[in-house]
Amino acid sequence: MTDKFISIEAIAKRYPGASGGEIAVFENLWLSMARGEFGCVIGHSGCGKTTVLNILAGLDEPSEGAVIVDGQAIEGTSLDRAVIFQSHALLPWRTVLGNVAYAVTSKWRDWDRAKVKAHAQTFIDLVGLTGSEHKRPSELSGGMKQRVGIARALSITPKIMLMDEPFSALDALTRGTLQDEVRRICLETGQTAFMITHDVDEAIYLADKIFLMTNGPGAVLAEIVENPLPKDRGRTDLHRHPYYYAVRNHIVDFLVSRSKTFATDFPGHDPRNVPVVKIGKPELVVASGPEELNQASWPGLSRPSTSS
Amino acid sequence: MNPSLRLRAAIVSIALFLAFIGIWHIATRGTGTVATMTPEYAKLMGLTATAGKSAMPGPLDVGAKLWEHVRRPFYDNGPNDKGLGIQLGYSIARVGLGYFLAVIVAIPLGFLIGMSPLINKALDPFIQILKPISPLAWMPLALYTIKDSGLSAIFVIFICSVWPMLLNTAFGVAAVRKEWINVARTLEVGTVRRAFTVILPAAAPTILTGMRISIGIAWLVIVAAEMLVGGTGIGYFVWNEWNNLSITNVIIAILLIGVVGMLLDQVLARFTRMVTFPE
Repeated sequence: MTDKFISIEAIAKRYPGASGGEIAVFENLWLSMARGEFGCVIGHSGCGKTTVLNILAGLDEPSEGAVIVDGQAIEGTSLDRAVIFQSHALLPWRTVLGNVAYAVTSKWRDWDRAKVKAHAQTFIDLVGLTGSEHKRPSELSGGMKQRVGIARALSITPKIMLMDEPFSALDALTRGTLQDEVRRICLETGQTAFMITHDVDEAIYLADKIFLMTNGPGAVLAEIVENPLPKDRGRTDLHRHPYYYAVRNHIVDFLVSRSKTFATDFPGHDPRNVPVVKIGKPELVVASGPEELNQASWPGLSRPSTSS
Repeated sequence: MNPSLRLRAAIVSIALFLAFIGIWHIATRGTGTVATMTPEYAKLMGLTATAGKSAMPGPLDVGAKLWEHVRRPFYDNGPNDKGLGIQLGYSIARVGLGYFLAVIVAIPLGFLIGMSPLINKALDPFIQILKPISPLAWMPLALYTIKDSGLSAIFVIFICSVWPMLLNTAFGVAAVRKEWINVARTLEVGTVRRAFTVILPAAAPTILTGMRISIGIAWLVIVAAEMLVGGTGIGYFVWNEWNNLSITNVIIAILLIGVVGMLLDQVLARFTRMVTFPE
Protein backbone atom coordinates (compact mmCIF):
# COMPACT_ATOMS: atom_id res chain seq x y z
CA MET A 1 0.00 0.00 0.00
CA THR A 2 0.97 3.63 0.17
CA ASP A 3 3.05 5.36 2.79
CA LYS A 4 1.98 4.23 6.22
CA PHE A 5 3.04 7.01 8.55
CA ILE A 6 0.73 5.75 11.24
CA SER A 7 -0.11 2.08 11.24
CA ILE A 8 -2.38 0.56 13.81
CA GLU A 9 -1.94 -3.18 13.54
CA ALA A 10 -4.36 -5.73 14.95
CA ILE A 11 -4.98 -3.92 18.19
CA ALA A 12 -7.60 -5.15 20.63
CA LYS A 13 -8.84 -3.78 23.90
CA ARG A 14 -10.54 -6.01 26.42
CA TYR A 15 -11.86 -5.31 29.87
CA PRO A 16 -12.74 -7.86 32.50
CA GLY A 17 -16.51 -8.38 32.30
CA ALA A 18 -18.93 -8.42 35.20
CA SER A 19 -19.45 -12.18 35.09
CA GLY A 20 -15.90 -13.41 34.91
CA GLY A 21 -15.15 -13.29 31.20
CA GLU A 22 -13.72 -10.48 29.12
CA ILE A 23 -15.55 -7.89 27.11
CA ALA A 24 -13.77 -6.75 23.97
CA VAL A 25 -14.40 -3.15 23.05
CA PHE A 26 -12.80 -3.94 19.70
CA GLU A 27 -10.74 -6.77 18.27
CA ASN A 28 -8.21 -6.97 15.49
CA LEU A 29 -8.43 -3.34 14.43
CA TRP A 30 -6.25 -2.17 11.54
CA LEU A 31 -5.93 1.42 10.49
CA SER A 32 -3.30 3.36 8.63
CA MET A 33 -2.69 6.94 7.62
CA ALA A 34 -0.18 8.68 5.39
CA ARG A 35 2.02 11.59 6.40
CA GLY A 36 0.21 14.92 6.30
CA GLU A 37 -3.21 13.31 6.23
CA PHE A 38 -6.11 14.40 8.37
CA GLY A 39 -8.11 11.43 9.65
CA CYS A 40 -11.40 11.58 11.48
CA VAL A 41 -13.03 8.73 13.35
CA ILE A 42 -16.80 8.74 13.60
CA GLY A 43 -18.86 6.32 15.60
CA HIS A 44 -21.39 6.15 18.37
CA SER A 45 -20.44 6.44 22.04
CA GLY A 46 -18.95 3.25 23.39
CA CYS A 47 -17.42 2.08 20.11
CA GLY A 48 -13.95 2.58 21.49
CA LYS A 49 -12.93 5.68 19.53
CA THR A 50 -11.41 7.32 22.54
CA THR A 51 -9.63 4.10 23.44
CA VAL A 52 -8.08 4.00 19.97
CA LEU A 53 -6.92 7.59 20.38
CA ASN A 54 -5.56 6.94 23.87
CA ILE A 55 -3.66 3.92 22.60
CA LEU A 56 -2.26 6.03 19.80
CA ALA A 57 -1.30 8.69 22.34
CA GLY A 58 0.31 6.08 24.57
CA LEU A 59 -2.00 6.90 27.47
CA ASP A 60 -3.58 3.47 27.21
CA GLU A 61 -2.17 0.13 26.16
CA PRO A 62 -3.78 -2.30 23.75
CA SER A 63 -4.52 -5.77 25.07
CA GLU A 64 -3.06 -7.05 21.84
CA GLY A 65 -1.46 -5.68 18.71
CA ALA A 66 0.86 -2.77 18.07
CA VAL A 67 0.94 0.76 16.79
CA ILE A 68 3.71 1.85 14.47
CA VAL A 69 4.43 5.52 13.93
CA ASP A 70 7.05 6.65 11.46
CA GLY A 71 8.54 3.17 11.26
CA GLN A 72 8.74 2.57 15.00
CA ALA A 73 6.47 0.72 17.37
CA ILE A 74 5.28 3.15 20.00
CA GLU A 75 5.86 2.56 23.66
CA GLY A 76 4.06 4.85 26.06
CA THR A 77 3.54 8.52 25.51
CA SER A 78 5.81 10.65 23.42
CA LEU A 79 6.47 14.28 22.59
CA ASP A 80 6.05 13.21 18.95
CA ARG A 81 2.35 12.74 19.54
CA ALA A 82 0.57 15.75 20.98
CA VAL A 83 -2.91 15.44 22.39
CA ILE A 84 -5.61 18.07 22.38
CA PHE A 85 -8.00 17.09 25.12
CA GLN A 86 -11.75 17.46 24.97
CA SER A 87 -11.73 19.31 28.29
CA HIS A 88 -8.69 21.37 27.17
CA ALA A 89 -6.88 20.22 30.36
CA LEU A 90 -5.03 23.47 30.95
CA LEU A 91 -3.17 23.83 34.22
CA PRO A 92 -5.31 26.46 35.97
CA TRP A 93 -2.50 27.81 38.15
CA ARG A 94 -0.46 28.77 35.09
CA THR A 95 -1.07 31.60 32.68
CA VAL A 96 -1.65 31.09 28.97
CA LEU A 97 2.04 31.65 28.35
CA GLY A 98 2.90 29.41 31.31
CA ASN A 99 0.82 26.57 29.93
CA VAL A 100 2.41 26.71 26.50
CA ALA A 101 5.87 27.27 27.97
CA TYR A 102 5.42 24.19 30.14
CA ALA A 103 5.11 22.08 27.00
CA VAL A 104 8.03 23.86 25.34
CA THR A 105 10.37 23.31 28.31
CA SER A 106 9.27 19.69 28.45
CA LYS A 107 10.49 19.19 24.90
CA TRP A 108 13.60 21.38 24.96
CA ARG A 109 14.90 21.16 28.51
CA ASP A 110 18.10 23.09 27.91
CA TRP A 111 16.48 26.14 26.39
CA ASP A 112 16.81 29.36 28.33
CA ARG A 113 13.84 31.35 29.50
CA ALA A 114 13.88 33.90 26.69
CA LYS A 115 14.01 31.26 23.99
CA VAL A 116 11.17 29.30 25.54
CA LYS A 117 9.10 32.45 25.85
CA ALA A 118 9.71 33.49 22.25
CA HIS A 119 8.85 30.01 20.98
CA ALA A 120 5.67 29.82 23.07
CA GLN A 121 4.70 33.29 21.92
CA THR A 122 4.88 32.26 18.28
CA PHE A 123 2.27 29.59 18.84
CA ILE A 124 0.09 31.83 21.00
CA ASP A 125 0.12 34.28 18.09
CA LEU A 126 -0.63 31.46 15.66
CA VAL A 127 -3.88 30.58 17.42
CA GLY A 128 -4.85 34.23 17.68
CA LEU A 129 -4.38 34.77 21.40
CA THR A 130 -1.90 37.64 21.19
CA GLY A 131 -2.52 39.92 24.15
CA SER A 132 -3.92 37.24 26.43
CA GLU A 133 -0.56 35.67 27.33
CA HIS A 134 -0.76 36.61 30.98
CA LYS A 135 -4.35 35.63 31.60
CA ARG A 136 -5.19 32.55 33.59
CA PRO A 137 -7.42 29.87 32.11
CA SER A 138 -10.27 30.87 34.43
CA GLU A 139 -10.34 34.28 32.74
CA LEU A 140 -10.76 32.78 29.26
CA SER A 141 -13.83 31.65 27.39
CA GLY A 142 -14.22 28.02 26.39
CA GLY A 143 -13.06 28.70 22.85
CA MET A 144 -10.00 30.61 24.01
CA LYS A 145 -9.11 27.81 26.41
CA GLN A 146 -9.21 25.32 23.58
CA ARG A 147 -7.03 27.66 21.50
CA VAL A 148 -4.46 27.47 24.28
CA GLY A 149 -4.79 23.69 24.16
CA ILE A 150 -4.10 23.79 20.43
CA ALA A 151 -1.15 26.16 20.88
CA ARG A 152 0.27 23.87 23.56
CA ALA A 153 -0.05 20.82 21.32
CA LEU A 154 1.46 22.57 18.31
CA SER A 155 4.29 24.21 20.25
CA ILE A 156 6.15 20.92 20.63
CA THR A 157 6.01 20.47 16.82
CA PRO A 158 4.64 16.95 17.04
CA LYS A 159 4.64 14.40 14.25
CA ILE A 160 0.97 13.75 14.90
CA MET A 161 -1.72 15.78 16.51
CA LEU A 162 -4.36 13.73 18.31
CA MET A 163 -7.68 15.35 19.06
CA ASP A 164 -10.40 13.83 21.20
CA GLU A 165 -13.61 15.67 20.32
CA PRO A 166 -11.80 18.94 20.83
CA PHE A 167 -14.69 21.21 19.93
CA SER A 168 -17.67 19.29 21.27
CA ALA A 169 -17.96 21.46 24.38
CA LEU A 170 -18.04 24.72 22.39
CA ASP A 171 -20.90 26.68 20.92
CA ALA A 172 -21.48 26.41 17.18
CA LEU A 173 -19.95 29.76 16.24
CA THR A 174 -16.75 29.23 18.23
CA ARG A 175 -16.55 25.69 16.94
CA GLY A 176 -16.68 26.98 13.38
CA THR A 177 -13.85 29.46 13.86
CA LEU A 178 -11.69 26.92 15.61
CA GLN A 179 -12.29 24.39 12.84
CA ASP A 180 -11.08 27.04 10.39
CA GLU A 181 -7.98 27.63 12.49
CA VAL A 182 -7.17 23.96 12.80
CA ARG A 183 -7.66 23.40 9.09
CA ARG A 184 -5.51 26.40 8.20
CA ILE A 185 -2.73 25.36 10.57
CA CYS A 186 -2.76 21.74 9.42
CA LEU A 187 -2.64 22.75 5.76
CA GLU A 188 0.10 25.30 6.32
CA THR A 189 2.32 23.02 8.36
CA GLY A 190 1.47 19.72 6.70
CA GLN A 191 0.53 18.38 10.11
CA THR A 192 -0.67 14.81 10.36
CA ALA A 193 -3.78 14.80 12.48
CA PHE A 194 -6.11 12.21 13.94
CA MET A 195 -9.38 13.38 15.34
CA ILE A 196 -12.41 11.89 17.02
CA THR A 197 -15.71 13.56 16.46
CA HIS A 198 -19.45 13.14 16.66
CA ASP A 199 -20.05 15.88 14.16
CA VAL A 200 -20.46 14.69 10.57
CA ASP A 201 -20.00 18.17 9.11
CA GLU A 202 -16.86 18.70 11.10
CA ALA A 203 -15.45 15.48 9.72
CA ILE A 204 -16.35 16.39 6.14
CA TYR A 205 -14.83 19.82 6.49
CA LEU A 206 -11.60 18.76 8.15
CA ALA A 207 -10.79 15.21 7.16
CA ASP A 208 -9.11 13.66 4.17
CA LYS A 209 -10.19 10.25 5.34
CA ILE A 210 -13.16 9.46 7.51
CA PHE A 211 -13.06 6.21 9.48
CA LEU A 212 -16.46 4.79 10.32
CA MET A 213 -16.67 2.55 13.33
CA THR A 214 -19.58 0.26 14.21
CA ASN A 215 -21.16 0.09 17.64
CA GLY A 216 -19.34 -1.55 20.50
CA PRO A 217 -18.72 -3.86 22.17
CA GLY A 218 -16.97 -5.76 19.46
CA ALA A 219 -16.68 -2.63 17.32
CA VAL A 220 -14.98 -2.83 13.95
CA LEU A 221 -13.68 -0.28 11.53
CA ALA A 222 -16.35 -0.73 8.86
CA GLU A 223 -15.43 1.68 6.10
CA ILE A 224 -12.95 4.32 5.16
CA VAL A 225 -14.61 7.20 3.32
CA GLU A 226 -12.28 9.24 1.17
CA ASN A 227 -13.33 12.83 1.22
CA PRO A 228 -14.20 13.82 -2.35
CA LEU A 229 -14.25 17.55 -1.63
CA PRO A 230 -11.35 19.65 -2.91
CA LYS A 231 -8.48 20.53 -0.60
CA ASP A 232 -9.25 24.21 -0.80
CA ARG A 233 -12.80 23.81 0.45
CA GLY A 234 -14.25 26.56 2.58
CA ARG A 235 -16.57 26.10 5.49
CA THR A 236 -19.15 28.55 4.22
CA ASP A 237 -19.77 27.01 0.80
CA LEU A 238 -19.05 23.43 1.76
CA HIS A 239 -22.66 22.41 1.45
CA ARG A 240 -22.87 23.73 -2.11
CA HIS A 241 -20.36 21.24 -3.40
CA PRO A 242 -22.08 18.61 -5.53
CA TYR A 243 -20.56 15.73 -3.58
CA TYR A 244 -21.27 17.20 -0.17
CA TYR A 245 -24.67 15.63 0.40
CA ALA A 246 -23.58 12.34 -1.06
CA VAL A 247 -20.80 12.05 1.50
CA ARG A 248 -22.93 13.39 4.28
CA ASN A 249 -25.83 11.03 3.56
CA HIS A 250 -23.49 8.11 3.29
CA ILE A 251 -22.05 8.81 6.73
CA VAL A 252 -25.39 9.61 8.33
CA ASP A 253 -26.89 6.43 6.85
CA PHE A 254 -24.05 4.52 8.35
CA LEU A 255 -24.53 6.07 11.79
CA VAL A 256 -28.30 5.68 11.73
CA SER A 257 -28.61 2.13 10.51
CA ARG A 258 -25.57 0.29 9.26
CA SER A 259 -23.45 0.90 12.38
CA LYS A 260 -25.84 -1.36 14.28
CA THR A 261 -26.34 -4.10 11.73
CA PHE A 262 -22.91 -4.18 10.16
CA ALA A 263 -21.69 -7.30 11.92
CA THR A 264 -24.65 -9.37 10.76
CA ASP A 265 -24.81 -7.82 7.29
CA PHE A 266 -21.18 -8.42 6.46
CA PRO A 267 -19.99 -11.52 8.27
CA GLY A 268 -17.01 -11.79 5.92
CA HIS A 269 -15.64 -8.35 6.80
CA ASP A 270 -11.86 -8.38 6.61
CA PRO A 271 -10.47 -5.99 9.22
CA ARG A 272 -7.14 -5.82 7.40
CA ASN A 273 -8.75 -4.83 4.16
CA VAL A 274 -11.43 -2.33 5.02
CA PRO A 275 -13.49 -1.15 2.05
CA VAL A 276 -12.54 2.31 0.88
CA VAL A 277 -15.52 4.34 -0.25
CA LYS A 278 -14.77 6.90 -2.93
CA ILE A 279 -17.80 8.98 -3.45
CA GLY A 280 -18.24 10.95 -6.63
CA LYS A 281 -16.13 8.82 -8.87
CA PRO A 282 -18.69 6.40 -10.21
CA GLU A 283 -16.21 3.99 -11.73
CA LEU A 284 -14.58 3.71 -8.35
CA VAL A 285 -17.60 3.77 -6.10
CA VAL A 286 -16.15 1.06 -3.99
CA ALA A 287 -12.53 0.12 -4.20
CA SER A 288 -12.94 -3.13 -2.42
CA GLY A 289 -15.47 -4.96 -0.32
CA PRO A 290 -19.14 -5.66 -0.74
CA GLU A 291 -20.39 -2.09 -0.87
CA GLU A 292 -22.29 -1.82 -4.13
CA LEU A 293 -25.20 -0.31 -2.26
CA ASN A 294 -27.12 2.76 -3.19
CA GLN A 295 -24.47 5.04 -4.58
CA ALA A 296 -25.39 4.78 -8.23
CA SER A 297 -27.91 7.53 -8.67
CA TRP A 298 -26.52 10.62 -7.04
CA PRO A 299 -27.01 13.94 -8.70
CA GLY A 300 -24.03 15.72 -10.04
CA LEU A 301 -21.81 12.71 -10.30
CA SER A 302 -20.68 13.60 -13.78
CA ARG A 303 -18.95 16.66 -12.47
CA PRO A 304 -15.26 15.93 -12.14
CA SER A 305 -13.71 16.33 -8.77
CA THR A 306 -11.52 19.38 -8.59
CA SER A 307 -8.49 17.88 -7.02
CA SER A 308 -6.78 14.75 -5.78
CA MET B 1 -29.53 52.88 50.32
CA ASN B 2 -28.86 50.38 53.05
CA PRO B 3 -25.52 50.56 54.77
CA SER B 4 -23.27 47.73 53.70
CA LEU B 5 -23.63 44.30 55.27
CA ARG B 6 -20.16 44.61 56.69
CA LEU B 7 -21.03 47.81 58.54
CA ARG B 8 -24.28 46.41 59.88
CA ALA B 9 -22.53 43.26 61.07
CA ALA B 10 -19.90 45.36 62.83
CA ILE B 11 -22.59 47.36 64.61
CA VAL B 12 -24.31 44.17 65.80
CA SER B 13 -20.95 42.74 66.93
CA ILE B 14 -20.17 45.83 68.98
CA ALA B 15 -23.64 45.86 70.47
CA LEU B 16 -23.34 42.22 71.49
CA PHE B 17 -19.92 42.88 73.00
CA LEU B 18 -21.18 45.86 75.00
CA ALA B 19 -24.19 43.86 76.19
CA PHE B 20 -21.92 41.04 77.30
CA ILE B 21 -19.59 43.39 79.16
CA GLY B 22 -22.59 45.16 80.73
CA ILE B 23 -24.16 41.94 81.98
CA TRP B 24 -20.80 40.74 83.23
CA HIS B 25 -20.26 44.01 85.05
CA ILE B 26 -23.68 43.95 86.68
CA ALA B 27 -23.42 40.26 87.62
CA THR B 28 -20.09 40.74 89.39
CA ARG B 29 -21.00 43.98 91.17
CA GLY B 30 -20.40 44.16 94.95
CA THR B 31 -23.51 43.86 97.11
CA GLY B 32 -22.38 46.35 99.75
CA THR B 33 -21.51 45.65 103.37
CA VAL B 34 -22.65 42.15 104.35
CA ALA B 35 -21.29 41.80 107.87
CA THR B 36 -19.81 44.06 110.48
CA MET B 37 -16.59 42.90 112.03
CA THR B 38 -13.55 44.38 113.68
CA PRO B 39 -11.11 46.03 111.27
CA GLU B 40 -8.38 43.50 112.04
CA TYR B 41 -10.66 40.57 111.28
CA ALA B 42 -12.01 42.32 108.21
CA LYS B 43 -8.46 42.72 106.91
CA LEU B 44 -7.99 38.96 107.20
CA MET B 45 -11.28 38.13 105.51
CA GLY B 46 -10.83 40.30 102.44
CA LEU B 47 -13.37 42.27 100.42
CA THR B 48 -15.50 39.28 99.44
CA ALA B 49 -16.59 38.72 102.99
CA THR B 50 -16.73 42.30 104.18
CA ALA B 51 -17.93 44.39 101.25
CA GLY B 52 -19.86 41.70 99.37
CA LYS B 53 -17.41 41.90 96.44
CA SER B 54 -18.01 39.15 93.92
CA ALA B 55 -15.39 36.39 93.88
CA MET B 56 -15.58 36.47 90.10
CA PRO B 57 -13.62 39.43 88.74
CA GLY B 58 -15.57 42.01 86.76
CA PRO B 59 -14.64 43.38 83.36
CA LEU B 60 -12.90 46.37 84.91
CA ASP B 61 -10.63 44.18 87.04
CA VAL B 62 -9.76 42.05 84.04
CA GLY B 63 -9.19 45.13 81.88
CA ALA B 64 -6.88 46.72 84.45
CA LYS B 65 -4.89 43.50 84.87
CA LEU B 66 -4.71 43.01 81.12
CA TRP B 67 -3.32 46.50 80.71
CA GLU B 68 -0.69 45.66 83.32
CA HIS B 69 0.28 42.55 81.35
CA VAL B 70 0.34 44.39 78.05
CA ARG B 71 2.66 47.02 79.46
CA ARG B 72 5.10 44.44 80.82
CA PRO B 73 4.84 41.35 78.66
CA PHE B 74 8.37 40.04 79.09
CA TYR B 75 9.26 40.40 82.79
CA ASP B 76 10.82 37.42 84.49
CA ASN B 77 10.64 37.21 88.28
CA GLY B 78 11.62 33.58 88.59
CA PRO B 79 10.00 30.27 87.64
CA ASN B 80 6.45 31.03 88.77
CA ASP B 81 6.19 34.66 87.73
CA LYS B 82 6.95 35.39 84.11
CA GLY B 83 5.36 37.86 81.72
CA LEU B 84 2.57 36.63 79.48
CA GLY B 85 4.69 37.41 76.42
CA ILE B 86 7.30 34.93 77.60
CA GLN B 87 4.69 32.27 78.37
CA LEU B 88 3.01 32.66 74.98
CA GLY B 89 6.45 32.66 73.34
CA TYR B 90 7.23 29.27 74.89
CA SER B 91 3.92 27.84 73.74
CA ILE B 92 4.23 29.20 70.21
CA ALA B 93 7.79 27.90 69.98
CA ARG B 94 6.70 24.40 71.04
CA VAL B 95 3.79 24.40 68.63
CA GLY B 96 6.04 25.73 65.88
CA LEU B 97 8.67 23.07 66.39
CA GLY B 98 6.29 20.12 66.71
CA TYR B 99 4.25 21.38 63.80
CA PHE B 100 7.33 21.87 61.64
CA LEU B 101 8.46 18.30 62.33
CA ALA B 102 4.96 17.10 61.43
CA VAL B 103 5.11 19.01 58.12
CA ILE B 104 8.45 17.42 57.28
CA VAL B 105 7.07 13.93 57.91
CA ALA B 106 3.45 14.23 56.81
CA ILE B 107 3.78 15.92 53.43
CA PRO B 108 6.35 13.60 51.83
CA LEU B 109 4.64 10.57 53.36
CA GLY B 110 1.27 11.86 52.22
CA PHE B 111 2.67 12.25 48.70
CA LEU B 112 3.86 8.67 48.78
CA ILE B 113 0.50 7.39 50.03
CA GLY B 114 -1.37 9.46 47.47
CA MET B 115 0.77 8.35 44.55
CA SER B 116 1.07 4.66 45.42
CA PRO B 117 -2.08 2.61 45.93
CA LEU B 118 0.10 -0.15 47.40
CA ILE B 119 1.57 2.05 50.16
CA ASN B 120 -1.89 3.50 50.71
CA LYS B 121 -3.41 0.09 51.38
CA ALA B 122 -0.41 -1.10 53.38
CA LEU B 123 -0.33 1.89 55.75
CA ASP B 124 -4.07 2.31 56.05
CA PRO B 125 -4.61 0.04 59.10
CA PHE B 126 -1.84 1.79 61.03
CA ILE B 127 -3.19 5.23 60.25
CA GLN B 128 -6.73 4.21 61.12
CA ILE B 129 -5.64 2.98 64.55
CA LEU B 130 -3.17 5.76 65.37
CA LYS B 131 -5.32 8.65 64.19
CA PRO B 132 -8.09 8.51 66.84
CA ILE B 133 -5.66 8.29 69.80
CA SER B 134 -5.84 11.38 71.94
CA PRO B 135 -2.44 13.06 71.64
CA LEU B 136 -2.20 13.37 75.43
CA ALA B 137 -2.39 9.60 75.77
CA TRP B 138 1.10 9.54 74.28
CA MET B 139 2.42 11.76 77.04
CA PRO B 140 3.49 9.09 79.56
CA LEU B 141 5.15 7.07 76.84
CA ALA B 142 6.90 10.19 75.57
CA LEU B 143 8.08 11.16 79.06
CA TYR B 144 9.35 7.66 79.68
CA THR B 145 11.25 7.34 76.41
CA ILE B 146 12.37 10.93 75.79
CA LYS B 147 12.99 11.68 79.48
CA ASP B 148 12.50 15.41 78.92
CA SER B 149 9.22 17.16 79.59
CA GLY B 150 9.82 19.98 77.07
CA LEU B 151 10.62 17.57 74.25
CA SER B 152 7.67 15.39 75.24
CA ALA B 153 5.34 18.35 74.77
CA ILE B 154 6.84 18.92 71.32
CA PHE B 155 6.35 15.26 70.51
CA VAL B 156 2.70 15.47 71.53
CA ILE B 157 2.24 18.46 69.22
CA PHE B 158 3.95 16.52 66.44
CA ILE B 159 1.73 13.50 66.85
CA CYS B 160 -1.48 15.52 66.92
CA SER B 161 -0.65 17.67 63.88
CA VAL B 162 0.63 14.86 61.71
CA TRP B 163 -2.71 13.15 60.93
CA PRO B 164 -4.79 15.87 59.31
CA MET B 165 -1.81 16.88 57.16
CA LEU B 166 -1.03 13.32 56.22
CA LEU B 167 -4.59 12.43 55.27
CA ASN B 168 -5.23 15.67 53.40
CA THR B 169 -1.99 15.43 51.48
CA ALA B 170 -2.69 11.84 50.51
CA PHE B 171 -6.22 12.73 49.47
CA GLY B 172 -5.16 15.83 47.56
CA VAL B 173 -2.44 13.97 45.70
CA ALA B 174 -4.68 11.01 44.86
CA ALA B 175 -7.46 13.31 43.65
CA VAL B 176 -5.40 15.32 41.16
CA ARG B 177 -7.41 15.46 37.95
CA LYS B 178 -6.50 12.64 35.58
CA GLU B 179 -6.34 14.99 32.62
CA TRP B 180 -3.58 17.09 34.22
CA ILE B 181 -1.59 13.92 34.83
CA ASN B 182 -2.24 12.95 31.22
CA VAL B 183 -0.94 16.31 30.04
CA ALA B 184 2.28 15.67 31.93
CA ARG B 185 2.44 12.13 30.53
CA THR B 186 2.00 13.18 26.93
CA LEU B 187 4.74 15.77 27.46
CA GLU B 188 7.05 13.05 28.79
CA VAL B 189 7.51 14.86 32.08
CA GLY B 190 9.53 12.76 34.53
CA THR B 191 8.14 11.62 37.89
CA VAL B 192 9.98 14.17 40.01
CA ARG B 193 9.18 17.10 37.75
CA ARG B 194 5.59 15.91 37.49
CA ALA B 195 5.33 15.80 41.29
CA PHE B 196 6.54 19.38 41.61
CA THR B 197 4.95 21.00 38.57
CA VAL B 198 1.59 19.25 38.38
CA ILE B 199 0.72 17.29 41.50
CA LEU B 200 2.02 19.75 44.09
CA PRO B 201 0.25 22.83 42.70
CA ALA B 202 -2.91 20.84 42.05
CA ALA B 203 -2.96 19.35 45.56
CA ALA B 204 -1.68 22.47 47.34
CA PRO B 205 -5.10 23.83 48.38
CA THR B 206 -6.05 20.48 49.95
CA ILE B 207 -2.66 20.16 51.64
CA LEU B 208 -2.91 23.68 53.06
CA THR B 209 -6.40 22.93 54.36
CA GLY B 210 -4.93 19.96 56.24
CA MET B 211 -2.17 22.19 57.60
CA ARG B 212 -4.76 24.68 58.77
CA ILE B 213 -6.71 21.98 60.62
CA SER B 214 -3.44 20.79 62.16
CA ILE B 215 -2.36 24.16 63.50
CA GLY B 216 -5.77 24.53 65.14
CA ILE B 217 -5.49 21.14 66.83
CA ALA B 218 -1.90 21.79 67.86
CA TRP B 219 -2.89 25.01 69.56
CA LEU B 220 -5.73 23.22 71.37
CA VAL B 221 -3.41 20.48 72.55
CA ILE B 222 -0.50 22.66 73.69
CA VAL B 223 -2.53 24.14 76.54
CA ALA B 224 -3.39 20.72 77.91
CA ALA B 225 0.13 19.42 77.33
CA GLU B 226 1.70 22.33 79.19
CA MET B 227 -0.68 21.85 82.09
CA LEU B 228 0.77 18.36 82.38
CA VAL B 229 4.45 19.04 81.83
CA GLY B 230 4.53 22.37 83.70
CA GLY B 231 7.33 24.86 83.94
CA THR B 232 6.60 27.30 81.16
CA GLY B 233 4.00 28.10 78.55
CA ILE B 234 0.51 29.51 78.49
CA GLY B 235 -1.03 26.20 79.56
CA TYR B 236 1.19 26.11 82.63
CA PHE B 237 0.32 29.75 83.28
CA VAL B 238 -3.40 28.94 83.34
CA TRP B 239 -2.89 26.12 85.81
CA ASN B 240 -0.47 28.09 87.95
CA GLU B 241 -2.88 31.02 88.20
CA TRP B 242 -5.64 28.61 89.13
CA ASN B 243 -3.47 27.39 91.96
CA ASN B 244 -2.91 31.06 92.87
CA LEU B 245 -6.71 31.51 92.74
CA SER B 246 -6.20 34.41 90.36
CA ILE B 247 -9.32 34.08 88.26
CA THR B 248 -8.48 37.41 86.62
CA ASN B 249 -5.28 35.98 85.16
CA VAL B 250 -7.07 32.81 84.10
CA ILE B 251 -9.60 34.86 82.16
CA ILE B 252 -6.84 36.91 80.56
CA ALA B 253 -5.02 33.73 79.56
CA ILE B 254 -8.18 32.29 78.03
CA LEU B 255 -8.65 35.47 76.03
CA LEU B 256 -5.06 35.43 74.78
CA ILE B 257 -5.21 31.74 73.85
CA GLY B 258 -8.19 32.60 71.68
CA VAL B 259 -6.47 35.56 70.05
CA VAL B 260 -3.27 33.64 69.27
CA GLY B 261 -5.26 30.68 67.94
CA MET B 262 -7.15 33.01 65.63
CA LEU B 263 -3.94 34.61 64.39
CA LEU B 264 -2.36 31.23 63.64
CA ASP B 265 -5.48 30.21 61.74
CA GLN B 266 -5.48 33.45 59.78
CA VAL B 267 -1.86 32.99 58.73
CA LEU B 268 -2.65 29.54 57.36
CA ALA B 269 -5.83 30.82 55.74
CA ARG B 270 -3.76 33.43 53.92
CA PHE B 271 -1.32 30.79 52.68
CA THR B 272 -4.26 28.68 51.51
CA ARG B 273 -5.62 31.60 49.51
CA MET B 274 -2.20 32.12 47.95
CA VAL B 275 -2.09 28.60 46.50
CA THR B 276 -5.75 28.33 45.56
CA PHE B 277 -6.40 28.69 41.86
CA PRO B 278 -9.73 29.56 40.29
CA GLU B 279 -11.04 27.16 37.67
